[in-house]
Amino acid sequence: MKAIFALEDGRTFSCKSFTGPGEAWGEAVFNTGMTGYQEVLTDPSYRGQVVTMTYPLIGNYGVNPEDIESNRIQVAAFVIREYQPCYSNWRATQSLADYLKSQQVMGIEDLDTRALTLHLRQRGAMRAFISTEDLDPERCVEKARSTPSMIGQNLVQVVTPERPFRWENGQPLFDDAPQSLLRPDAWRFPGKKAVIAMDCGAKYNILRCLEEAGCEVIVVPSDTPASVIRQMKPDGIFLSNGPGDPEPVHDTVQTVRELLGFRPMFGICLGIQMLGLAMGGRTSKLKFGHRGANQPVKNLLTGRIEITSQNHGFVVDIDSLDPTSVEITHVNLNDGTLEGFRHRRLPIFAVQYHPEASPGPHDARYLFDDFVRLMDR
Amino acid sequence: MPKRTDIHSILIIGAGPIIISQACEFDYSGTQACKALKEEGYRVILINSNPATIMTDPKMADRTYIEPITPDIVARIIEKERPDALLPTLGGQTGLNTAVAVAKAGVLDRYGVELIGASLPAIQKAEDRDLFRQAMQRIGLRIPKSGIATDMEQSRAIAREIGFPIIVRPSFTLGGTGGGVAYNPEDLETIVRSGLDASLIGQVMLEESVLGWKEFELEVMRDNKDNVVIICSIENIDPMGVHTGDSITVAPIQTLSDKEYQRLRDGSIAIMREIGVDTGGSNVQFAVNPENGDIVVVEMNPRVSRSSALASKATGYPIAKIAAKLAVGYTLDEIPNDITGRTMASFEPTIDYCVVKIPRFTFEKFPETPDSLTTAMKSVGETMSIGRTFKEALQKGLRSLEIGRHGFGADGKDGTPTPAEIRQKLATPNSARLFYVHHALKQGMNLSEIYELTKIDPWFLNQMRQIVEMENELAAQKRPLSEDRLWEAKRNGFSDIQIAHLTGTNAEDVRMHRKALGIQPAYKLVDTCAAEFEAATPYYYSTYERESEARVSGRRKVMILGGGPNRIGQGIEFDYCCVHSSMALREMGIESIMVNSNPETVSTDYDTSDKLYFEPLTFEDVMHIVETENPEGVIVQFGGQTPLNLSVALHRAGVPILGTQPESIDMAEDRKLFQAMLKRLGLQQPANGTAESVEEALAVAEVIGYPVVVRPSYVLGGRAMKIVYERSELEGFTRLAIAASPGHPVLIDHFLEDAIEVDVDAISDGSRTVIGGIMEHIEEAGIHSGDSACVLPPFSLKPAMIEEITRATKAMAKELRVVGLMNVQYAVKADRLYVLEVNPRASRTVPFVSKATGVPLAKLATRLMMGQSLDEVGLTTEMVPKHVSVKEAVLPFNRFPDVDTLLGPEMKSTGEVMGISDEFGLAFAKAQLGSGQKLPLAGNVFISVKDRDKQAALDLGRHFERMGFGIVTTHGTGEWFSRHGIPNRVVNKVSMGRPHVVDAIKNGEIHLIVNTGFGNQTKRDGYYLRRAALKYAVPYTTTLAGAIAIARGIESLKTKTLEVTALQDYYAQSTESGKDRRFIE
Repeated sequence: MKAIFALEDGRTFSCKSFTGPGEAWGEAVFNTGMTGYQEVLTDPSYRGQVVTMTYPLIGNYGVNPEDIESNRIQVAAFVIREYQPCYSNWRATQSLADYLKSQQVMGIEDLDTRALTLHLRQRGAMRAFISTEDLDPERCVEKARSTPSMIGQNLVQVVTPERPFRWENGQPLFDDAPQSLLRPDAWRFPGKKAVIAMDCGAKYNILRCLEEAGCEVIVVPSDTPASVIRQMKPDGIFLSNGPGDPEPVHDTVQTVRELLGFRPMFGICLGIQMLGLAMGGRTSKLKFGHRGANQPVKNLLTGRIEITSQNHGFVVDIDSLDPTSVEITHVNLNDGTLEGFRHRRLPIFAVQYHPEASPGPHDARYLFDDFVRLMDR
Repeated sequence: MPKRTDIHSILIIGAGPIIISQACEFDYSGTQACKALKEEGYRVILINSNPATIMTDPKMADRTYIEPITPDIVARIIEKERPDALLPTLGGQTGLNTAVAVAKAGVLDRYGVELIGASLPAIQKAEDRDLFRQAMQRIGLRIPKSGIATDMEQSRAIAREIGFPIIVRPSFTLGGTGGGVAYNPEDLETIVRSGLDASLIGQVMLEESVLGWKEFELEVMRDNKDNVVIICSIENIDPMGVHTGDSITVAPIQTLSDKEYQRLRDGSIAIMREIGVDTGGSNVQFAVNPENGDIVVVEMNPRVSRSSALASKATGYPIAKIAAKLAVGYTLDEIPNDITGRTMASFEPTIDYCVVKIPRFTFEKFPETPDSLTTAMKSVGETMSIGRTFKEALQKGLRSLEIGRHGFGADGKDGTPTPAEIRQKLATPNSARLFYVHHALKQGMNLSEIYELTKIDPWFLNQMRQIVEMENELAAQKRPLSEDRLWEAKRNGFSDIQIAHLTGTNAEDVRMHRKALGIQPAYKLVDTCAAEFEAATPYYYSTYERESEARVSGRRKVMILGGGPNRIGQGIEFDYCCVHSSMALREMGIESIMVNSNPETVSTDYDTSDKLYFEPLTFEDVMHIVETENPEGVIVQFGGQTPLNLSVALHRAGVPILGTQPESIDMAEDRKLFQAMLKRLGLQQPANGTAESVEEALAVAEVIGYPVVVRPSYVLGGRAMKIVYERSELEGFTRLAIAASPGHPVLIDHFLEDAIEVDVDAISDGSRTVIGGIMEHIEEAGIHSGDSACVLPPFSLKPAMIEEITRATKAMAKELRVVGLMNVQYAVKADRLYVLEVNPRASRTVPFVSKATGVPLAKLATRLMMGQSLDEVGLTTEMVPKHVSVKEAVLPFNRFPDVDTLLGPEMKSTGEVMGISDEFGLAFAKAQLGSGQKLPLAGNVFISVKDRDKQAALDLGRHFERMGFGIVTTHGTGEWFSRHGIPNRVVNKVSMGRPHVVDAIKNGEIHLIVNTGFGNQTKRDGYYLRRAALKYAVPYTTTLAGAIAIARGIESLKTKTLEVTALQDYYAQSTESGKDRRFIE
């Protein structure tokens, strides 16, 4: 089905929908990973974004019930060069198109995704509008311009869970009396580290990695007050990834600020941004972000290079951090941006990239063990 | 960590001659390594016996030894040059094995040479099956269960352990003969029995079968800080059971989810660490069970490999260059990524296109070997193609192969095999299997059946089905296609020729229709990063998209057409010429634009030319680039027959051809025009004629007299060429020749028996000609020049004859208005000169001549094509070196079971080596050594010659007798020798009963075999003998001329010492002798 893909700066692409009629909009971004589309689709950090994959053939291995990073598809729309209806993989249970359709998410193909990527690289991430109903390019550009901007939007409140839940045996475990999870007697495994995960849009694989590293995880909504967290008496606090601009998430940032030094803290992605803001730093928007599975990061403590999975459009400005309290531990080798820090006195560390990968390389898995060791002290 | 300063000089071992499984990818890797190390200021010492390589250009290394790659010779070089380090991982298996042998012999310890890149224990851990298995167990990975058996009892016990099906592989056999798959105990009995018999050491390996599993490869890099990155992932379309070199492969992996891919990535990194490859690139192969995802490790190469070259070209990440820099101490984050210029090498390339590699086979040259693919590699070359979809890349790849196909079928050459035939061809892997998938799809066979027969992943089969569906749609409409439909067809990779065939028109009409509709390909960049960063290097591929990234400059620019996939008759020699041409253009400040489809080559390195278009060498694809770039001309002289065949069409389309004009090419190729020219010049050729039918051929042969040489025109490498002695033979063969080159007449020449063949390379500016080199062949005329050893300067031609050859060559160059290079083949018989063939283009011998004389012919020729004169480039006289250079051919017979090793007019060699010395004997001996023939210094020589050779064999016999050899003969030759007082011992021919000569070979009683013969009478006896020689690695020759040269070589080896001398020293000697050395570089 014919479709139009329009960007706010006036560039349009003719393309096709492989999921039937519809309209969709959001911030257009590109991901350079060659595998892992199902994980990308379900990553809450992509909430509100129209994601294009730079690898042209997508759908090859279908989708399966396991490779999910949240309970739903999160992207606003999915844009690829050539959709593969005939998937092949022993774990596959469904085609990508059926999966998208079942959740009413638009899939777009037959678009010169390299041209789109080049455009976004040169002009920066921007709003896009897609339609199969209105094929007039000019009107679609207008519509793209009238959609809300990513800057200033608090998307965390959209993706954070309404109620707390446990993470056990690799999946969410909901309690009939969710509020009971917020009490100090909620912890069931004395041998494990009791970790509260502040869920601002956490990827399941982070929770899986925490569990594998020996943690008992209770996941709480992002608006859970510091006082409640304190009374739960956890061994550590995990600050999750999440979508969009960290600045509007001031309430959670305030919670984080209140909790600094209370217990060991580990943050990933939005987690590092919230910590950065809580410690007085600044964040800013990258021109087109880092999204992919091949970003080289140097660990300044070991001198080693980690190939990392990344998905972020905002970053903590390195020079906004107070060097007397914060030590830079990781930097991006492509553009020198901040990828990780630790507090010089408090048991706090965080990374901008995704050590849980999924999709992507496992080079940085050691960070989960580091977190457990930090809680040991 | 910055580079090491405690080492200053580094020895690199090259891969030697081009053989099956070791082709010009190692020139590519070696060249990159030499450049990278020299750039860092190291003194680079290089050994490689292959003169057709860029790496052996005297500028590439500080000391270049074109010497046989044997542990002994390498030891001598080490003794002489005293390098601080040896880098063993860039010269293929030859380089690695030789380095290991030198290390084991204690040479490295004696001279304090450090092995860098990979240590001896690491190499052994990766190469030794048992050590490897243990290593894999330690890191929780599995390799297929296996065991070694030397008798039936053992094999039964191992079979119980492994479970059926079991793969039986005899140890030490040629070309993987004698093995098979046992599905039950009964199979096991028969297969193991025959395997034990086939094995030279009576040993078989039994291995758990993973036939039909999916096969994957990862290219891995590690630095000395233990940083590991994956450069490229590759999926084999042909599942386990077909050698990866013979498989059609795709990058990146298509059918694994991220979870599964990451398991392979984790495994590769663990293997890298466990094996302990210090720095550099390695290749890890996995098999994955398509039913459940179980993984086994197939193998690991602790060195740069064929797949590394492919991965470099597929991603733009120069693996060999980076590997060389890592070996001297840099870490990945210290080496810039050339493509972006801003980011570092410490990342994993991501690609936004699909790459398909397709092997090129040559079974037609070895009709005795069945066209079936196994775990022993048989392909001689490969092509790579890039598209935005798999379908586009696959179709581009198939037309890049230059096998007369224009895509995935649908080109009017499909034929109609029966369903039974199709099933058989699908079930047994073979060189044309993909086309049988096409047949199966066309005939409506369902996908699950095709899958069951081939085990090709359904994803790939579905892609192929989509192409066939498009084909059917196109065929359903006979009128000009609508814009949308045409666009769709092009996006699915259909060539104009396919579309023309399907819609009942011609390619030119399709092209015009397309142009009218504005349907043209776009050019996209290969940039390692999927457009995330700006790319600095212009490395392009075409695809049907709307936005093109070609950056067209306003500079003077020239396009060079490369040679496409390697094949027998057209290989690295032509790539060498193309690379030199590009260098010359760049030196002149002219933008060089390279077009080629062969991923193994130096020409397709992104920094060889100013621009690289990785594209099929077809008229359609080349014209698009011409229309985009608008170069001032196209060079077709250097890429062999491939570009030459395009020259007429390009010329007709108004594209300027630089240098010699297509009319002249036609005059040299067209027999009648050529004959008229010779007549004008007073030159003679063997009596000849042309025929377009069998009847005509018979009539011609009657007039000129048997024996005759028959061949098709416009074919390189003596394809379908034969010496025919009688009428009945002529009939059958003419039919084949007509089929080999349809539309062109068959050429019939009188065959000059026992003539000396001479090869001449000459260079001309259109008014004056200088001889590049005159080479005298060892083997007589009738043996294809590519298979013949040759000597420069000539060793037996009289000065007057050399004068005559020079005169004739110059006259022809003038008449053909050659601008650039020309090659002439002559025969000399009874002091008379015959012209056999003239090629107004670079020949296979150009690199050899350039190495022998130090004159860079291809570079100079490029300058002439750009309008300079010989005076201006400073080449005034022929360079005749004082040293003797011998070129010897290297033949692939050990890969082709059952093929006779007799040489003939059809070229069979895959590569060449060069031997250089101050005298003929040693130069010849070195060439033999380099080609793998270990000449004996004592023992028994077996001599059996055809009647015609008997007279001349007497001197040969006496020579060997004088040197103390025992002489073993068959009855005829024995009686003849005895009659002339040459003592000899007679053994039975095979047909005469045992014990016979093959028994004597098996028993190690024969150390050299001289066996001449042709025709069918002696064929079977001689055949068994020659195969036995090959199997038991006894040096052999099938020509008397070759035997005489061998005797001279042995004499020199016995009386003189084998010195090693660098090319730079040979050239310096010539300079001292007062010759003009301006070109030696």
